[in-house]
Amino acid sequence: MDTTLTSDVSMKPPSDIMNDPLIEPMSSQTENKPASEPSDDFFDLTNNVSVVAAAATKSDDFVDILGSETGAQRGEVVKADVTVEATIDKSEVTAGITDPLSQQEAKQTSTAPVIDLSGDSQPVTSKIANPLVDLFSDAPPAAEAKKPSSANVDLFDDEEGSDIFAEPLQTKPAKQLQKSLFVTAGGPLQDSKPANIFSQAAASTPSVTSTVNSKSNGVHSEEEGDIFAEATVELSLDSPRNERKKEAIAKPSAPTPTSLPAAASLTKPQPPLEEEEEEEEEDKFDIFVSVKDPEKIGDGMNAYMAYKVSTQTTLPMFRNKTFTVRRRFSDFLGLYEKLSEKHGPNGFIVPPPPEKSLLGMTKVKVGKEDSSSTDFVERRRGALERYLQRVVNHPSLLQDPDVREFLEREELPRAVSTQALSGAGFLKMINKATDAVSKMTIKMNESDVWFEEKLQEVESADQQFRKLHALVESLVVHRKELSLNTASFAKSAAMLGSAEDNTALSRALSQLAEVEDKMEQLHQEQAANDTFTFAEMIADYIRLLGAVRGSFDHRMKAWQRWQDAQSMLQKKRETEAKLLWANKPDKLQLAKEEIAEWEAKVTQYERDFERVSATVRKEVIRFEREKTKNCKRQIIKYLECLLQSQQQLIKYWEAFLPEAKAIA
Amino acid sequence: SAVLNVDLQTDAMLQVDISDALSERDKVKFTVHTKSTLPNFKQNEFSVVRQHEEFIWLHDSFVENEEYAGYIIPPAPPRPDFDASREKLQKLGEGEGSMTKEEFTKMKQELEAEYLAIFKKTVAMHEVFLCRVAAHPVLRKDLNFHVFLEYNQDLSVRGKNKKEKLEDFFKNVVKSADGVLVAGVKDVDDFFEHEKTFLLEYHNRVKDASAKSDRMIRSHKNAADDINRIASSLYTLGTQDSTDLCKFFLKVSELFEKTRKIEARIAADEDLKLADLLKYYLRESQAAKDLLYRRSRALVDYENANKALDKARAKNRDVLQAETSQQLCCHKFEKISESAKQELIDFKTRRVAAFRKNLVELAELELKHAKGNLQLLQGCLGILKGNT
Repeated sequence: MDTTLTSDVSMKPPSDIMNDPLIEPMSSQTENKPASEPSDDFFDLTNNVSVVAAAATKSDDFVDILGSETGAQRGEVVKADVTVEATIDKSEVTAGITDPLSQQEAKQTSTAPVIDLSGDSQPVTSKIANPLVDLFSDAPPAAEAKKPSSANVDLFDDEEGSDIFAEPLQTKPAKQLQKSLFVTAGGPLQDSKPANIFSQAAASTPSVTSTVNSKSNGVHSEEEGDIFAEATVELSLDSPRNERKKEAIAKPSAPTPTSLPAAASLTKPQPPLEEEEEEEEEDKFDIFVSVKDPEKIGDGMNAYMAYKVSTQTTLPMFRNKTFTVRRRFSDFLGLYEKLSEKHGPNGFIVPPPPEKSLLGMTKVKVGKEDSSSTDFVERRRGALERYLQRVVNHPSLLQDPDVREFLEREELPRAVSTQALSGAGFLKMINKATDAVSKMTIKMNESDVWFEEKLQEVESADQQFRKLHALVESLVVHRKELSLNTASFAKSAAMLGSAEDNTALSRALSQLAEVEDKMEQLHQEQAANDTFTFAEMIADYIRLLGAVRGSFDHRMKAWQRWQDAQSMLQKKRETEAKLLWANKPDKLQLAKEEIAEWEAKVTQYERDFERVSATVRKEVIRFEREKTKNCKRQIIKYLECLLQSQQQLIKYWEAFLPEAKAIA
Repeated sequence: SAVLNVDLQTDAMLQVDISDALSERDKVKFTVHTKSTLPNFKQNEFSVVRQHEEFIWLHDSFVENEEYAGYIIPPAPPRPDFDASREKLQKLGEGEGSMTKEEFTKMKQELEAEYLAIFKKTVAMHEVFLCRVAAHPVLRKDLNFHVFLEYNQDLSVRGKNKKEKLEDFFKNVVKSADGVLVAGVKDVDDFFEHEKTFLLEYHNRVKDASAKSDRMIRSHKNAADDINRIASSLYTLGTQDSTDLCKFFLKVSELFEKTRKIEARIAADEDLKLADLLKYYLRESQAAKDLLYRRSRALVDYENANKALDKARAKNRDVLQAETSQQLCCHKFEKISESAKQELIDFKTRRVAAFRKNLVELAELELKHAKGNLQLLQGCLGILKGNT
């Protein structure tokens, strides 16, 4: 926090300077009268009253429009603006100071739910465990015993059995050792899919070792992130200093900045992002997928696009470190369907792939090689890549055998079901889900304020993002137009240059044409930047927000199931009472059995609901953290591209200026 | 005025400017301010209020004056056009209910800026016309001009009626037919032959460049408006709560708010330095072409008079009358040729100087704005990266 503040303050001077150029634009309006009065004037127009407002059109004013300002006038103007600037600065600084406060508040409120959560279902460990992790990794057998626990926490969560061992854990949350023991014990208990668990456990063992090793200071290994997260939160309340110190140590070792989300702890937003980011950087090395070389296969309406999906990973669950497979679009959709079917009901936010686009694809199929179809292909390729990256960076989804198969297996069985699912159908599905959510919310009479607020946040964010997306798309359209129009002006200017009979002027005009040609290039690149760095990011979030709403929907369904079971139980009890009254002992036995059965179901469903709620909560927090990081990174990338294009611009005009001056 | 005044030496004898302008519902009233030491004015300094139609009247009186056939008549200022602006204003009023307060304010700002720009441009174009006349060695002495400057009542010029407009139309048809004829005939005088070829080509090119620059600038303005709206959309996103990301959005919104001002400014400056320059030379080159047309017309008249004189001599009838007529035509043609030559040389000097001035200023402004943008981006990125 301190650093943030200082940097803010130290940035002040440059930002002052930054404002300077604006002073001049302002100065044309600083002749105040013309600036403000015509505006009155303006409104008079609406009223059809021909009141007359004057633009003080002394020729000085024109001078301003025309850019050849008189020195004295300008001086004054600048002075005025500077004072304004100064006051603004002050207020900004105060704002900066308040920041920490508000963040602290945020931290306090947000820790609360997490602590709750840990009580609910998650095994809780504390930092004390860290040294143990190191130890374990040194001693392979022990590590192996522990590994399943860490790697499979989420998996267990999905299984009914998880509750069984989660509960005992609650009693002694602090000891890592105990926890691992429990889990080893818990594994066999779980008869659902022992083989699977074991294989995964075995596979993941080395991974943890390696991760742990790679972290010099032994801060939590990433697979355990979820578990440690809560511990970190609790700790951070008591000893924020310690943590800061750790951050400080950890920072220098941090390698490249990257995207990956990964298991990353639930760590409160509180400890500044540096820490999180660092963890995620480490994750990044574990697996990286890319989608490349879109290629049209076949002809006519049966044609489809195939992509190269390459994986680079050190994760031992994969047979190789790098491998590439070829996948078609419907395979990506198929993967999504499998994942959302399996993990959606449990409250996971399954990253959605880009929608099918009949129009875009038809163009590609028809084989039109225009820019809109190359744009479409590139947009889709990028979206598919980001979709896959989100999947593999999700700690639970990465464990899914279907994901592995998708990345690794040479030939994938055709995903038939997706064929029917057109873009429209896909959207309808999402919309239906969200409709259901909103309807149910009313019925549900939400007792948990957190979910209510989050849902509202998600809905308003969805709206805002959609609006922003439309605006950025419009900017893209106008920027492309600008590029085209600049190109045609460049041609015109060149022609004018060749018609001009003054040699120096003719030369300058053809130089101008060259500058405009380069500008066209810049505008085009900028339009691509608008599209791929900005608009596509927003489009991703519109899709993801849909998925978030989907997870709320699943929570609602779990609740509904529980409620239904409860009312069924109620009915059964009433039946029993009636039978008692009617004195029919023969049927009474059956009724009692049914009650027992429904009691069990109610307990079960209630637990399910609790579990789904906990997962949704965890997932939403994870989603928000990822969103923050990803948005920041993308926007910074976007601005950097803008900056480069301004540097180019300066170069071009600087080269032109002497040419203009040489006109004689 | 600033657009083209490079060679319009303003001397103490006669200085004209537009000191004020009022925009009314469907017209603009210009206050024309004159400072002069010429003896035919009652005072040394005075102002009158004039409307666009009166400027047109003055221009037409020059065009119709035979005495001025050998000069490039300064092109008339274009009619003030606030229609587009007014239409948008109406749309704004209709859409008020469906917009957020910020959006409404933004739209209003955009429209006001646009309106102001058109207004200033209109005034500038009218001023340029007067300055050109005031700097012209012959036209500055024109009586109508003096009346225009000094007579402090309405000149009660009316717009042309339908019949007159029709006549103008036919005149133009004849003129362009003649123009084709003239273009096809090689001039005996190398200077004029060269000027003719040059002007025909130049006029078409400058017309094209002017249209293309307009389109380029319009899309630049649109892009700037988009950035403005993106800024306010990011602002809304940023004010949702006080998370880190929201603060980030606010910073970016602030940046866009500033860069869009610069982008709009670039578009406005390109409009003034480039599009307006081209537009002016579109009209000025037309005026130069008209001069060449008048000269060719006089040449044709002269040749016809020669033929008529030959015929008259052959038939020995009306020889004296034909001789007088021939001499008159010859004199007229020579007079036009003489002044036209100087006018065309001046036109070139003026053009080169104006292009130099405007292109230099354009490049300087582009540089200034690009540097401003660069600084904003650097500053903002510094802050954002420091926070990330």
